[in-house]
Amino acid sequence: MSEIPADLKFARTHEWARLEEDGSVSVGITDHAQDALGDVVFVEHPELGQQVNAQEEAGVVESVKAASDIYAPVSGTVLAVNTALVDAPEIVNEDPYGDGWFFRIEPDDVSQLADLLNAEGYAEFCESDEH
Amino acid sequence: MNEAPSSSSAQTRRTPLYAAHVACGGKMVDFAGWRMPLHYGSQIAEHNAVRQHAGMFDVSHMTVVDVDGPAARALLERLVANDVGRLHETGKALYGLLLNDAGGIIDDLIVYRRETGYRAVVNAATRVQVLDWIAARNDEGAEIAERALAMIAVQGPEAVRRFASATGWTDVQGLATFSAVERNGWMVARTGYTGEDGVEVMLPGSEAVTLWQRLQEQAVQPAGLGARDTLRLEAGLNLYGQDMDQSTTPLVSNLAWTIAWEPKTRRFMGRQALESARAAGLHEKLTGLVLEQRGVLRTGQKVFTAHGEGVVTSGIFSPTLGYSIALARLPRAATGECQVDIRGKLLPVRIVKPPFVRGGQKAFE
Repeated sequence: MSEIPADLKFARTHEWARLEEDGSVSVGITDHAQDALGDVVFVEHPELGQQVNAQEEAGVVESVKAASDIYAPVSGTVLAVNTALVDAPEIVNEDPYGDGWFFRIEPDDVSQLADLLNAEGYAEFCESDEH
Repeated sequence: MNEAPSSSSAQTRRTPLYAAHVACGGKMVDFAGWRMPLHYGSQIAEHNAVRQHAGMFDVSHMTVVDVDGPAARALLERLVANDVGRLHETGKALYGLLLNDAGGIIDDLIVYRRETGYRAVVNAATRVQVLDWIAARNDEGAEIAERALAMIAVQGPEAVRRFASATGWTDVQGLATFSAVERNGWMVARTGYTGEDGVEVMLPGSEAVTLWQRLQEQAVQPAGLGARDTLRLEAGLNLYGQDMDQSTTPLVSNLAWTIAWEPKTRRFMGRQALESARAAGLHEKLTGLVLEQRGVLRTGQKVFTAHGEGVVTSGIFSPTLGYSIALARLPRAATGECQVDIRGKLLPVRIVKPPFVRGGQKAFE
């Protein structure tokens, strides 16, 4: 089973969300997701300052296998995007929960995080997904 | 995100190297009825190992058919559009196509001339159709037998040297391209599907694991189906079922060079249809596309040219070039710039003549 950090929240579309100390929310794709996709070759970020909505498209990750939409796990305004991924998309495969983050949002309503799965719930979800 | 590859079903077959793949960390997927490695961690790293050094592929799922007896040559001369009669010496090989009466492609294959007859290697996905096809047309009465051999392709600029070190088959270093030698139940051919130098080794299944391990000791990188696909596409090589099938002729599949028109007296299957099609004029072609910006060309995407629409038959991210390339079926007159619909966006692409990569470098203008 792939690694699932306990301090993160997870969407059923395989994004993770981390509540940072400054109240912003960092977003990336899970280890399970990067493993299923294979080598990532391009990423498409949202625009800085763009309003994104929970469960709506906020970017694209393109791998050797397929192109997949990235959905915003919570609604908010895009504060930062990880531009390192433009030249080195393989970071998503190497460190999906760390240096491979995609973007950071100023959440409209931080309580939306409660709608997401915790690590245990996500592990169960992946398990049932595979069978 | 995408779903994980489908899990195994009861019917899937395993090659003699199955346990070796799992031990190497292979991500196993179903392919043409077989459980095969997609990659062993990174498809791109495997691709680069083949372009720069040496990689090895388990291709034991391929179908090996021996055609023997006094009638073997006549049968193959009639069924293969390339001329098997040109294989004058033992060990010589050629790439060819089986065609139906309409000139459509039944399969592609390599035919090797042997001491006693011929050996054909055809695709795994077409195994049943091809075996039935040949058997049903064997008016000549050739002896046809499928062989359950393992097959390992060792490919890359260092492949032949490392294979020789691993096995003691040093004479292979002097073997010409599209030639093979046989000893002790092994056939070693200077052929492949990557655009690199290398060998394809057919051998008894019981000896496959030992060869795999010896090659690993020579730092030959195990490579999966994913890298096999990106390597063959960079080399401009067609995949049966994707870039060509029964509805397309070699004339419109970038394979006219595999048709041996001479001698005119050889009435191979499909000849008449190809001659008519050529006389009537051709309307489409299989050619290359490059997208020199972000985005990946994928199978099935629509192409818009000044001469009408076409379709991407195989598209990938090219690890060697760092951008996307594709084979596409386009109106024959289309050249230069055109557009591809990628997820609802029209992106500019350029029509180029494959191959895309040769000798590890960009090969088109």
